[in-house]
Order: sequence, then C-alpha cells, then structure tokens
Amino acid sequence: MNFSETNISDLHNQLVKGEVSATDLTKESFKRIKETDDDVKAFLTLNEDAALKRAGEIDKAGIADDQLLAGIPLAVKDNIVTKGLRTTAASKILGNFKPIYDATVIEKMNAAGFINVGKTNMDEFAMGSSTENSAFQKTKNPWDLTRVPGGSSGGSAAAVAAGDVLAAFGTDTGGSIRQPASFNGIVGMKPTYGRVSRWGIIAFGSSFDQVGWLSKNVKDNAILMQAISGLDAHDMTSADVDVPNWAAHLDEASVKGLKIAVPEEYTSDALDDDVREVITAALKHFESLGATVETVSLPHTKYGVSAYYILASSEASSNLQRYDGIRYGFRADDVKNLEDVYVRTRTEGFGEEVKRRIMLGTFSLSAGFYDAYFNKAAKVRRLIADDFNKVFKDYDLILGATDASTAFKLGDKVTDPTKMYLNDALTIPVNMAGLPAMSLPAGFSKKDGMPVGLQIIGKPFDEQTIYDAAYVFEQTTDFHKKNAQLGGQD
Amino acid sequence: MNFQTTIGLEVHVELKTNSKIYSPSPVQYGVEPNLNTNVIDWAYPGTLPTLNKGVVRDGIMAGLALHANITKHMHFDRKNYFYPDNPKAYQITQSETPIATDGWVEIEVNGKKKKIGIAEMHIEEDAGKNTHTGEYSYVDLNRQGTPLIEIVSKPDIASPDEAVAYLEALRQRIQFTGISDVKMEEGSMRVDTNISIRPFGSDQFGTKTEMKNINSFNYVKNALEFEEKRHQKVILSGGTIAQETRRYDEATKETVAMRSKEGSEDYRYFPEPDIPPLDVSDAWIEEIKQEMPEMPGERRARYTKELGLSDYDAMVLTQTKEMSDFFDEAVKDGADAKRVANYLMNDVNSYLNDEHLDLPDTKLTPAHLAGMVKLITDGTISSKMAKKVFKGIIAGEEPAAYAKAHGLVQLSDPKELQPIIDDILANNQQSIEDFKNGKDRAVGYLVGQIMKQTRGKANPQVVNQLLMKSLQAQ
Amino acid sequence: MAEKIDRQEVKHVADLAKLSFDDAALDKITPQLEEIIALFTDLQKVDTDGVEPMYTPTTEQNVMREDHGVRSGQRDELLANAPETYDGLIKVPAIIDESEDGE
Repeated sequence: MNFSETNISDLHNQLVKGEVSATDLTKESFKRIKETDDDVKAFLTLNEDAALKRAGEIDKAGIADDQLLAGIPLAVKDNIVTKGLRTTAASKILGNFKPIYDATVIEKMNAAGFINVGKTNMDEFAMGSSTENSAFQKTKNPWDLTRVPGGSSGGSAAAVAAGDVLAAFGTDTGGSIRQPASFNGIVGMKPTYGRVSRWGIIAFGSSFDQVGWLSKNVKDNAILMQAISGLDAHDMTSADVDVPNWAAHLDEASVKGLKIAVPEEYTSDALDDDVREVITAALKHFESLGATVETVSLPHTKYGVSAYYILASSEASSNLQRYDGIRYGFRADDVKNLEDVYVRTRTEGFGEEVKRRIMLGTFSLSAGFYDAYFNKAAKVRRLIADDFNKVFKDYDLILGATDASTAFKLGDKVTDPTKMYLNDALTIPVNMAGLPAMSLPAGFSKKDGMPVGLQIIGKPFDEQTIYDAAYVFEQTTDFHKKNAQLGGQD
Repeated sequence: MNFQTTIGLEVHVELKTNSKIYSPSPVQYGVEPNLNTNVIDWAYPGTLPTLNKGVVRDGIMAGLALHANITKHMHFDRKNYFYPDNPKAYQITQSETPIATDGWVEIEVNGKKKKIGIAEMHIEEDAGKNTHTGEYSYVDLNRQGTPLIEIVSKPDIASPDEAVAYLEALRQRIQFTGISDVKMEEGSMRVDTNISIRPFGSDQFGTKTEMKNINSFNYVKNALEFEEKRHQKVILSGGTIAQETRRYDEATKETVAMRSKEGSEDYRYFPEPDIPPLDVSDAWIEEIKQEMPEMPGERRARYTKELGLSDYDAMVLTQTKEMSDFFDEAVKDGADAKRVANYLMNDVNSYLNDEHLDLPDTKLTPAHLAGMVKLITDGTISSKMAKKVFKGIIAGEEPAAYAKAHGLVQLSDPKELQPIIDDILANNQQSIEDFKNGKDRAVGYLVGQIMKQTRGKANPQVVNQLLMKSLQAQ
Repeated sequence: MAEKIDRQEVKHVADLAKLSFDDAALDKITPQLEEIIALFTDLQKVDTDGVEPMYTPTTEQNVMREDHGVRSGQRDELLANAPETYDGLIKVPAIIDESEDGE
C-alpha cells in the first residue's frame, strides 16, 4: 500500500469500522518500506517488532471514534529520543545510544496511539541541507534517485514521498522541515518557536529548533500538529498558549480578502527561473481566489545566513560539548588519559560538517571575537525579526519560495560548505524570528520536473491562517495528487 | 618600603533547597553514588533545564541580607569548559546579570568598624565530585546541579584579619537567613581568595595570586598571611610576582604554585537559550523581605531594648542562629531572659566547648532549659541544685521530673519548715537572746542550723521569712 | 577585529573545542573556515547602534518550577549506558595535569 494515496481520516474510518486493523496498516507500512528503502534509504532504524506488538495491543483494545491517530503508522526523525529505540542523530558519536526516556512529542503521540515504524536518516545533528552529512547512509530523493532529498529532515521527507508513511516527524532549525518538504513535493510545517516542546529533541541551535511534521497533505499535518503542541513543564521555552483544533474548520476556510505580502527578496533573481515561474503562478492563483498580493521588502534578509550560521553554530558548539565519551555513546578505543577521551572521541565521533560548525561556533564565542560575531549577529537577528513585525502589521501572511532551486544532485554541493549554507537563505529568517512557516507543494519545475515548494509564513502562534491558506490552495489545485514514482516519473 | 594589601574573596555558598537548581533531583548528601541523578544531571541528549523557584528566592533573600540591590531583569549564561564532573561541559551561571549587586557587610577588627563591599552575587550550579586514584577518575553526579550562590567581594579587604572577619560576618548573615548551613568543614561554604600588595599610596594594584577552595577560616588567615609576606619578600628582593594559582599546604603552612594550564581559560560565556529571562517584581521582593528571618543586628537590638540584656550578652547570643533561636524559644516558653542568657553563655557554652559539639548535636531543648530556669525562679530548686539538674537536661531529661527523682527540690512549704524552725529555736535559747540584744549574726547562725537540719534543701527565702516572724514573736 | 582565521587560530579554536585536526585536515578546514568567516564580515555593514541583541524568540518570562525534590529511579539505566563504571561511579581515564577539582 502506498500511504501517499490515503489520509488520516480515511484510515481512521476504516479502523473504527474494522475494515482494516492497526496490525494490517503496520504490516503495509513495513511492506512498502521494504519495497522502496533499498533505493531511497530513508530509515536508519526499523522498529518492526515493537511496532507490530503495539499495533496488536491497539487492535485488542479497540479504536474509539475520537482516537484519530490510534493505529496510524508514522516515522520519527532520528534526533528525537525514543525510549529503548536506538537514537543516533545520524552521528557515530551516538551510534550505539539507546535513550532511557521519550521525548515529549513521542509521549504525546504514544498516548494518541500512533505506531512508530522507525527512525529516519538526517544530516548529522541536523546540520546540513541534503542529508549527505549522515554518518551512516545517503538518502535519495524518491522523485529522482540521483538527487538529494534535502535536509536535514531528508529521511522523513523521502519516507513520506515514497509512500512508506503518510507523515513523519521533522525538526527545523534553519529550514530542515521546509526545504526537504519542498524538494519532495510534500507539506512541511515548522510551528512557532515554543509551540511544541523541545524536551527530548537532540539540541542543535536551542533558540531556533522546533519540531514539526512532514506530511502528504495539509489536513493530516494540522491534525498531527495539534497532537504534539502545548505547554510542557520540561521545556521552559514552551509557550503557555492555547492549542486550537486547526483541522476542524479547514473545509470552510477561504482566502478571500486575505492580505498576502510577497518580499521581493523571496522572488528575486536569486531564484532559479523554473522555481520563480511556479511561485508566480501560485501567487496568481491566490489572487484569483480573492486574496490581495503585494510586494514588500524584508531588507535584512540578506544578512540572515551569516547571522544564523554564527548564532546557531555557537549554540551548537556548546550543546555538542556533552558528547565527550564519558557518560553515554561512543568512546574512542585505547584512550590513555582524559584529554584522549575528549579529543579522540570527539574527533573520531563527529563528521566533517559537525566539526566545521563546532569550530565556527567556538570561534564566534571565543575571547576577542564575541562582540564582533556572536553579539553582532544577535543584534542583526533583532533587525530581521523587526522586518517581519513591520510587515505583519499590514498583512496576514508572507509568501515566497521555500528554496531558490529544486532538489540538487547528490554530491553537487556537499564539497562546498559556503554554497550549501547559502541554500537556506529563504528559510533561515523564519527561525531567526521564531515564526511559524510551511512549505506547500506548488507545482513542478518545467526544467527538471521536480517539485517546487511555496513557503507560507505566519504571525507568531497564528498557524491557523497558514493551514487555512494552504488547505484552500491544495484543494483548488492538483499538484498534491501527483506522487513520486520510484524509478522514474510518468 | 611599606606596603598595603588588597584581598578579594569569592565565596560559594550551597543552598539547602529540596531540589537541584535546574533539575528536580533531590539535594541530599551521604547517599549512594549517582542515586540522586536523572537524565538532566547526566546531560542526556534532548534534556533541558528547569529553573527552581526556590533558588531564585533564596538568592534574592541572600541579596537582601547583604544589603545588595536586587537585579530586576536577569538572565542566565553558559560558562563552557570540559571536565568529567561537568556533564554538559557548560555550567549555567550568571555572568552578565548577577542576581544582586553592590552590597556590604560590617566587620570589626581591633575595635575598628569597617564596611566591606560586595561587588556581586550569582546563582549557579555546583559540579559533581571526581575522585582520582592513579590511572582513573571516578565521577559521582549526586552533587551536580546543587544550587550555589557565589558572593564576590569588592577590593576593600586590607588584611588577613579583615578577610576572616568578613567571612565570619558573611557566614553569620547567611546563616540567619536559613538558606544554607554555611559550614566550611562540610563544603557548604567554600572560599577562593586573591591577594596583591602595592607600595603605600600607589594607585595601581599589584599582581594578584589566587588560592582556591581553602577549607577553614584559620587556613584562610594562615594562607593569606603567608602570601602577604611572600609577596613582600619577593618585591623587596627586586623580584616580580607571577600571576598564578597557588595551593595552601596545611601541613607545611606554606603556599605552593600549581602547575598552570597552557594559556588562560576561555569560557566562551553566552546567554543561556533554554531559560527565559526573569523579571523580578517589587511585590516578590517585598514578599521575600517579609519572609526573611530577623537578622543578627535586629535581634541584638531586641535583646537589649526589650529583654534588658547587656550589649555583650546580646552579641554572644547572636553569634550563631542556632544559639539565638534557642534563646528565643526558651524565653518564649516563659523563662527569665537574663537567667536563660547566663546559662547559655556559661554552662551550655562550656559544655559545648568541652565536648566539641554544636548546640543542635546535644539533647538539650529550649523547653527543658526554660523549665529549669522557671524552677529556679519559682524557688522549686536552688541555683546550687540547678547545677545538678543541668546535668540532667543536657542528657535530655525533663527538668521537673529529674529534680524530683534526684531529690533536688527545695523545702518551701511553711507547714513543713515551721516545726523544724521551732525545734531549732527551742534548742538555741542563747541565739534568741543575742537576737533580742541586736546581734544580727545570730540570725545567720540559726539559718545555718536550719539548712543543716534540712540537708540544704530548705528554701532560704522562706526560711528567712518564717524565722524572722518566729524570733519577733519570742 | 581579526577578519582572517589562520592555521594558528584554527588550532587554538580546536583546542577549546576538544577536537584535533592533522595537517591534511587543517589544510582542508582552514580555507573553508576562512571563506565562511569572510561571509560573516558582511554583518559589519549593518548599522546596529542602539539595537538590543535578540538571543531567543521566546516571549516567555519568569518560568520557574516549584522546589520539590523527586528521585528519578533511573540510576541503574544511566550507569548501564556509560562506557565504563565502577561501583556505581562513572569511570574515566585520569586527568594527567594537576588542575583543580571542578570550579
């Protein structure tokens, strides 16, 4: 069964009526994974035995009308800790690590009765935009196996695009949900900073990281997001804000009168022509549905990449110091003294990109450079956030491209870190400001046939307006109906 | 050349909260290694700190007790360094916005009073414990995350004696707030020192040397005195002081340079993103002020003004919170304040000195001391008997019961005493004559006879009264 | 402000981060870092006079936990995950230099 062809409501109805069991769905998911994953390599760890056992328990207990997520197989990005199930963040340094607690989002989903089929590949510690920085394997884009799935949530995006599951967890520090969603023709939503607890999310950039979902369709995404959102006593930065039922009124949603701002920086010459064409058409479509679309400017966007790489790398350099070979995870062999434990464990345990970021961050915080780099970047961050605030005084949503290009070829950028960093220019500012944003399938490149994502950015804690607009767009276009065909598109 | 000395002290005080500063693990000692640890204390991937409100409260209270300004808007910072007892490889502390700044305590050295300034105070977490044995180190994380207040003095301390007086004043005030045991021998108060000297009148400080974790007031004094002299010798012989960390060797009473680390540490401080900033309201500060126990100065004033004690007595009684609390409770029980004070300062204190004990380590209770004092006041026992009863109450006995069981009760009942007096008078006609002839010492003789007859148990006051009445009736 | 990062600086930063780079690795990473840091110097063009630094997007304030102690009961699981333990303690090869115990 290809999970791209179904949705939560349909599966739930079948489960409640007994037309299908949780065990059936779980088996179908593993069957599909076995068909696709030799090519795609989306999964790092499969959870087959435990998943089937859990499905059996759910079947035995029965699924009630209001247990919308019970028995639905989903995948989990490997930087989200799962009790007893190997969690590596795609790093050798956690290669053998079995967490002894569940992330809050996993606890919530467990309570909702989801089936965790396995852990998905990613860039090591979520640092990267192609999933090529995994210590274990390179994931391929199901639309074209010679291309990257994007990153860092590339494994989750590819698993959804390949139809292994209908949605998968992602995390987004600088675009790690939205960019792979764009590259894989699926919906990827990063909620407002603080909307979802970070307890149990292996930290990269603590003031940027958020958990979210990559899904085949908008409504499923909204349903799943509601299930993981809300205040959590474990995370002091989680927000004390009511969690709406975003999916409830999507069918009545309209974009009539909606005020859409389009930053010139998000539609400029920096975009590839084929991408710009798709985005322009999408904007026209919104206009045709009664929305107003106006061009605005976010003048500090161009500084986003620099400021982001300084701040997120600085936080990361500190967050990753705990991987020292002493309390858990990898320890280098034949270490003679403490310095050896530290230096050899970390030098052997971290991959190149992670070391690069640790170096950048350590440098930016070090004596003599803090003011010029870290603190300067923090001030620029304020200016970037203020740019958004100004626009949101007059507009409901900000729209633009998610990424300047479609999925690039494997190996194309991984050797050139600067080029790879610039790739995130359109997604990074959102994390700087902590805003909610989605990448929505908006069409296909005329050049290479690959999917193109439209980025929809909302006001803080106004995920509803994003879901509404995205749903209206999805329901009035056909792009979402097209699924990746492994081994070549039609 | 004459020198002037400048000493700086950094004092770490461990707080007595129920839970750690950033994790709910209990704060508790003497348990199995790593028992009071959780995934946060071990810095597990995905864990986050949660800030203990009790620590912020205690920090504010300490700030108030040390006359400091409470910082209204503060955040936490990460101090990055690798060490096995520091699992996150960063300590969450406060570097940019200390919880309180610009405080002071008053000290008195050689009869001269002086204010010593406190530059700032931070709240932060303690590290775990490392034990080294040859090839290996062993890490126990029970202490990891125990809340600390770091108190940094201004460069106002001019001698080792002032340093010790400052530490005593600090300890006393913190102890009275009740937020810490402040015991150096148990590590709940730890002292780092730095010292420099410069020629009198020079406005440039000399080069500092540091000493960390000195674990008694005496050692602080000895170590600073040694360093002060060493600095003088080096400078007078034309040498220069190296900026370094030294260690005080308790056996040789000397300080020795520690092998210095390559290059200076670079802690790469930056604001902690996992803990949102705090905005301390005036209302909260006011609430904490209300909760703050009476400070030693306030207690001294109360003891002299309301209870009529001397300045000296008030000073002795407020040396420690334990003594002062004990006194207050005994007085609250209705015992005569002056008598209670005398017992505490004399009998109790010499007992504690002889036995090397602290007041809470004994079985003596305020109620028992008060009970004994009341027995004296109402004449049930004599001061002499009280000496014996004291032995009972210090061993945990109830005073009235103890006195009764040991026959330590004065004869005060006239019905019992009168026949004895009558008997003595009948056998001492000469004394009656002497009395009538105005010889007062006859009375003393007769009282002595009565006391002898009652084996000292007669209440002298009652005896006097009854005897005078009987003599006048003769 | 040094706008360039040279081999010496890279080595120093690596020391702070407890990483080591052999000559070949240094040859590779030094120019990469140089290029990225050169990109960072763009920020110097931005006028940030009077701008309050933004360290987090959170608008939460005064989030605190009540002071209740809770024992995790996870001691054995924690110790089981450690590479080396001894008698309930975490075991590590010893420090070779004579630095002080903790902070």
